[in-house]
Amino acid sequence: MSTATTPVRRPADAVLRISEEAALAAAVVDETEASTAASDTADVPSAQSDTADEPMLINMGPQHPSTHGVLRIAMELQGETVLRSKPIIGYLHTGMEKTAEDLTYLQGPTNVTRMDYASPLFNELVFCLAVEDLLGTEIPPRATWIRMLMCELNRMSSHLLFLATNGMDLGAVGMMLYGWKEREEILRFFESVTGLRMNHNYIRPGGVAADLPDGWQADVEHILAVLPDRLEQFDTLMTGQPIWRDRTQGVGVITADEAIAMSATGPLLRSTGEAWDLRRTMPYLVYDEVEFDVVVGAYGDTFDRYAIRLNEIRESMRIVSQCLDKMPKGPYRTEDRKVTPPPRARIDESMEALIHHFKIFTEGFRVPPGETYVAVESPRGELGCYLVSDGGPKPQRVHIRAPSFVNLQSLPHLMYGGLIADAIAVISSVDPIMGEVDR
Amino acid sequence: MADAAAETDDAAPEGEASDQPMMFGVPCTDERGQTVLYPTREEYPDVLALAAADGFELCVDLCAVDALTNRSRVVPAGVEPERFEVVVNLLDMRGRRRLRIRTQVPADDPQVPSAVSLYPGTEAPEREAADLFGISFSDHPDPSRILMPPDWVGHPLRKDYAIGAIPVQFKAVEGR
Repeated sequence: MSTATTPVRRPADAVLRISEEAALAAAVVDETEASTAASDTADVPSAQSDTADEPMLINMGPQHPSTHGVLRIAMELQGETVLRSKPIIGYLHTGMEKTAEDLTYLQGPTNVTRMDYASPLFNELVFCLAVEDLLGTEIPPRATWIRMLMCELNRMSSHLLFLATNGMDLGAVGMMLYGWKEREEILRFFESVTGLRMNHNYIRPGGVAADLPDGWQADVEHILAVLPDRLEQFDTLMTGQPIWRDRTQGVGVITADEAIAMSATGPLLRSTGEAWDLRRTMPYLVYDEVEFDVVVGAYGDTFDRYAIRLNEIRESMRIVSQCLDKMPKGPYRTEDRKVTPPPRARIDESMEALIHHFKIFTEGFRVPPGETYVAVESPRGELGCYLVSDGGPKPQRVHIRAPSFVNLQSLPHLMYGGLIADAIAVISSVDPIMGEVDR
Repeated sequence: MADAAAETDDAAPEGEASDQPMMFGVPCTDERGQTVLYPTREEYPDVLALAAADGFELCVDLCAVDALTNRSRVVPAGVEPERFEVVVNLLDMRGRRRLRIRTQVPADDPQVPSAVSLYPGTEAPEREAADLFGISFSDHPDPSRILMPPDWVGHPLRKDYAIGAIPVQFKAVEGR
């Protein structure tokens, strides 16, 4: 039970605690100085007295292609073995939480949607759920089901992107094309619904921005029809392939205790066999009304994390097909005039409606004072939003608990003692999205 | 989560003036179904340890809040409101409940004991709070900036950190 109090069981402290300047200095100065810099900051085991055997400090990134954006990792290398390491982040920091304090609640989703750009709808969802919790607004059933449908499609597109990049990182370059191609099918549907392929600003406080377009069922059915065959192809290309298995099995192992201690969530936690999925364990939206399985691994290695994501696509397809059958009729956003502008037809005949419309979009609506924390299961783990309101039309504080940011802490523990080639596989399997890490 | 609020700790001091609900010996409120605790800085490590022993095994999130311009903040009776708050969200995976801990941190001495030894997963969030709010976490193993450049001056998420305070430098174009 009290696993959090259990220290992380690793042979040595895997985190390289070194300043960014020191890491940079080690990289630019010549070799002798580099080795002294490394031994200054790192209490290297004294067994290696020979200078040639001393650990070397290298910086991987921030422009390395397999670091998924601008992640830099200061690594201590003993030959080809990774010892301690430290992820250095912040290259994409644009102060989005500060920006959020200067946007109204209606403008908020435009900002948060840009954090995790591979699964933007989840960011919008968690922000809107937090706002609605403070407002106490009831959301019509159709809006809830549309949100669930769109989020599950987004989970599929996000995992397809993972399969593409993970394949490419490990040398299955063909996967890059296949993954992006299937993802495009889903993005095309998003474009027809929201108008944009990414950064949709579709889920808004009070519901969604627009109803599903005519013929949306046919589009979704098309996606559901073509994907199973493609997933079978991925299985053939990667899952059963001996090279793929050699590269991923037993690489970057983490236990359930370690994962919980490091606050890891999502596929990283589920790969250890811990069946923790907020959709099942703490249901939000209407996940308690659909059937799906929580995919778990057994060994906590890179292969498990790959297999979990591949099979989560299949589970999401099950949820999407149930959304097709169960989609209720009715309004797609709340009728609460405090949050939702009056219908277009009313504006033509009523001056008050026009003023009301204008006020909602310029000044914004006021949210009762208070604070709340809401969490959803994003493709990368628990995505949370801590929102503080002072009763005004703009939030006092918007904090997004980004799963990639927290999961990145496990990286040194996953990479410790592995080969540098496996480090690439490990980074890829954590699937960090730097927009979300740096915010 | 509601039953967590009802649960009061035996160590609660006797003869409390109000009927303020207590949990782990500190004031506790129920915010729309979410349990919130309000320890002082001194009580904070003990409350965390009690929570960890009570099954809150995963520290989901740690962030800071600057209440400089927030005039409608409500804290329960007996809690001295300060400018900063360190907000910790804990999760009990077996009991499926959440707990939020709001620690008040004064502006003139923004210092809080670090939770890294108990919850190793708070290392990066604490660095983030230190970086963006200037709150120092004592005994933190790596108290360096995480999001801003190492030589950055100021803490951007503070309310008195002006937006656009960085002068933009324009270069003169030759031949104009």
